[in-house]
Amino acid sequence: MSQTVSLPHDDSPLVIAENLHFSFSGRPIYSGLNLSIPEGKITVILGPSGCGKSTFLGLLGGRLRPDSGVLKFNGKDIPRSGSGLIAMRRKMGMLFQNSALLTDLNVFENVAFPFREQTDLPEAIIRILVLMKLEMVGLRGARNMMPSELSGGMSRRVSLARAIALDPELVMYDEPFVGLDPVSMGVIVKLISELNDAMGITSVIVTHDVAEGCSIADYVYLLDGGGVAGHGSPEEMMNSDNPGVRQFMQGLPDGPVGFHYPAADYILDLGVEK
Amino acid sequence: MISLVQGLGRWGVSFIARLGEAVLFLLGAISGAAKSLRRGRLIIQQLYSIGVLTMLIIMVSGLFVGMVLGLQGYYQLVNFSAESSLGMVVALFLVRELGPVLAALLFAGRAGSALTAEIGLMRATDQLAAMEMMAVDPMQRVVGPRFVAGIIAMPLLAAMLSAIGVLGGYLIGHGQFGVDPGVYWSSMQNGVDFYDDILNGVIKSVVFGVIVVWVALFEGYVATPTSEGVSRATTRTVVTSSLAILGGDYILTALMFGGL
Amino acid sequence: MHTKSIEVWVGIFMLLGVLALAMLAFQVSNSTAGGGQTYRIEAQFDNVGGLTIKAPVMIGGVKVGRVGDIWIDKEDYVAVVGLDINETFDTLPDDTGASVLTSGLLGAQFVGLSPGSSDFYLEDGDMLEFTQSALQLESLISQFMFNQGKSEKVEE
Repeated sequence: MSQTVSLPHDDSPLVIAENLHFSFSGRPIYSGLNLSIPEGKITVILGPSGCGKSTFLGLLGGRLRPDSGVLKFNGKDIPRSGSGLIAMRRKMGMLFQNSALLTDLNVFENVAFPFREQTDLPEAIIRILVLMKLEMVGLRGARNMMPSELSGGMSRRVSLARAIALDPELVMYDEPFVGLDPVSMGVIVKLISELNDAMGITSVIVTHDVAEGCSIADYVYLLDGGGVAGHGSPEEMMNSDNPGVRQFMQGLPDGPVGFHYPAADYILDLGVEK
Repeated sequence: MISLVQGLGRWGVSFIARLGEAVLFLLGAISGAAKSLRRGRLIIQQLYSIGVLTMLIIMVSGLFVGMVLGLQGYYQLVNFSAESSLGMVVALFLVRELGPVLAALLFAGRAGSALTAEIGLMRATDQLAAMEMMAVDPMQRVVGPRFVAGIIAMPLLAAMLSAIGVLGGYLIGHGQFGVDPGVYWSSMQNGVDFYDDILNGVIKSVVFGVIVVWVALFEGYVATPTSEGVSRATTRTVVTSSLAILGGDYILTALMFGGL
Repeated sequence: MHTKSIEVWVGIFMLLGVLALAMLAFQVSNSTAGGGQTYRIEAQFDNVGGLTIKAPVMIGGVKVGRVGDIWIDKEDYVAVVGLDINETFDTLPDDTGASVLTSGLLGAQFVGLSPGSSDFYLEDGDMLEFTQSALQLESLISQFMFNQGKSEKVEE
C-alpha cells in the first residue's frame, strides 16, 4: 500500500523519504516508507506504539542509518559522518521525550551549551541570547535551578529552549505530550505552534496522542506496518474511509487491529473440552 | 554435551565481539581525549570528581596498610634480628605492589563505578543522543575529559597511598617498636631504587589507570539504557577492572622484576 | 559546588600527589646515588658465587656503583662481571683489585674494590687484572677439616 502513496508537497519539501527500508537487530521497522515534510509547517507523525515513529527521527538526525532508500534533508542525502553531518545537525533541533537535559549543568548552562560548543560568542552575548530563549519558554526565572529540581513540564520547556537555541530550520519533537499534566500540555502545544508561526521553523512531531497532535498539525501521517497507512490534513484523516485509519484516529477498541493478540482457540487453550 | 560446547562457542564469539567493540571504543576515547586536552576546565571538573573524591579513601587506606605492614614486618624481621630492614620491607611492598594495585582497586570501586553509572545514566536519559543532535561528539565532550583525568589521577593517588603507607609503617616501627628513625629511612633508601622500584610503580599505576577508565567508560557507554542495565554495568565495571588490574599486575611484575 | 572551590580542591589534590611523588623519589628511594652517568669496567673471576646483577660495588664499605652484568667468557670459560661505576669515581687506579665479598656471615654478596697505586686511571671498557673469587662455605669447611686433620697428625 505504502509504495503507491504519491508524495504531496512537491513544492520543495524540507525532508523527503522515498522507499526507505530499515531494520533493527533483524526486525524490519520500515519496508518502503514514503513521506515528505513541507517547509514551515507542522507535520505530525502518528502511529501505534512500536511502529517505529521515533526511529524516523533517529534516521533524520543521522543517528541511525537506513538499510536502503532515499532520505533527503534540504535536497541532500543525510551525511554519514564527519563535517557534513555536523553542519546538518546545526540546522536541526530536537526535543527528546525525557528532555535529555545535561544533569550536571543548571538550566542556564543547559541552554548556553549549544552556544558554547558551536560558537565563539563572548560571554555577555551568550547571556543575552540564553535569557531571550528562556523568556520565550517562560522560564527566565528558573535559570539557576538544576534539572533534578524541575517538573516534567518545566524540563521539557528548558529542553525546547535548548533545541531552538541556534535558530534551527527543523525542530523534531519526540512524544512531546507524554506524561504531562493538562496545564503543561497546553503550554507545550501553545509553544510549538507559536515557535512555528513566529520563527518559521519546520516542525516534525512524533506522537501517538491523536487529539493533541491533530489540534496543531498542518499535515498528518499515520505510520503502521512498516509504511504510511494514511496521510492528509487532520480533517481528512478524521473522516477517512480507510477502516484502519479511522480506527486509530477515533480510538476504537476493535477494528482491523484486533482486540485479541493472535492465539490458539480459546476453549482448547483452557483445556476444559477435549 | 554438544549444547555445552555450543554454549562455549557462543560465549567465545560474543566475548570476541565485545572485545573488538571495546578496542574500537578505546581508540575513539584516545582521539577524544587528545581533542579534549584543549578544554582544561572540563578536565579539572573531572579531576575533582575522579581524583579529589577518591583521595580521602586512598589516604586512610594507605595509612592502615602501612601500619599493618609495620606490624607484620616487625614481627617477622625481629626473629632474624633484622628489624633494621623494616623501612626497606615496608617501602618495597608499598612502592612495587600495594601502592599501585590497592590504589587501582579502590579507584575502580570508588571512581570507576561512579563513572559507569554516570555515563550509563546519560545514555539512558538520552543525554548522549541529545549531544549528538547538538552536533557535539560525546567522545570528545564526555568520554575524553574523563579519560584524561583518570590517567592523571591514578599515579598521583598511588603515590599518595605509598607515601602515607611509608609514614604509617614509620609510626608503628618507631612509635611502637622503637626502631631508630635514621635506620628506618636509611635502610629504605638503600633498598629502594628510584628507577627499578619507584618509576616501575608509577608506570604500573598509569597502566592501571588506563584499564579502569577504559572499562568504566566502555561499560557505561554500551550499558542497556534501563536502570537494571546501568546497575549491572556498574557491577561489571568493578569485577572486570579488578580482575584486569590483578592479572595485569602479574604480567607487569613479571616483565619488570622477573627479567634481567 | 562552585567552579572556584572545585579548582582549589583540584589544586590541593595535584599538590599532594606531586608531594607524594617527590617524597617517594627523594625520601624513600635514593635517586641521587641510583641514577646518574656510569662507566663500565670488567673483571674476571674463577667463581662469582652467589653474586647477582644489581649487587652493590663498594670501596671500603661505601657504594660506588653496581653490578651491571654477569656472563661467561666463551674462550677460557671464566666468569666475567661488568661493573657500572658512578662517573664521580673516575680516578680509580688501573691496578685496582676486585673481590667478591659477603656482607655478614649469610648476607648478600657484593663486589669490593681495593684501589691500587698506579698513576693511570681506569676507563670505560677496561679489564681489572687483580681479582679474588668468592669464598664458598663448602670449600672453607673442607679446607678447615683438612687443616684440622693435618695438625692432628703433626701432634701425633
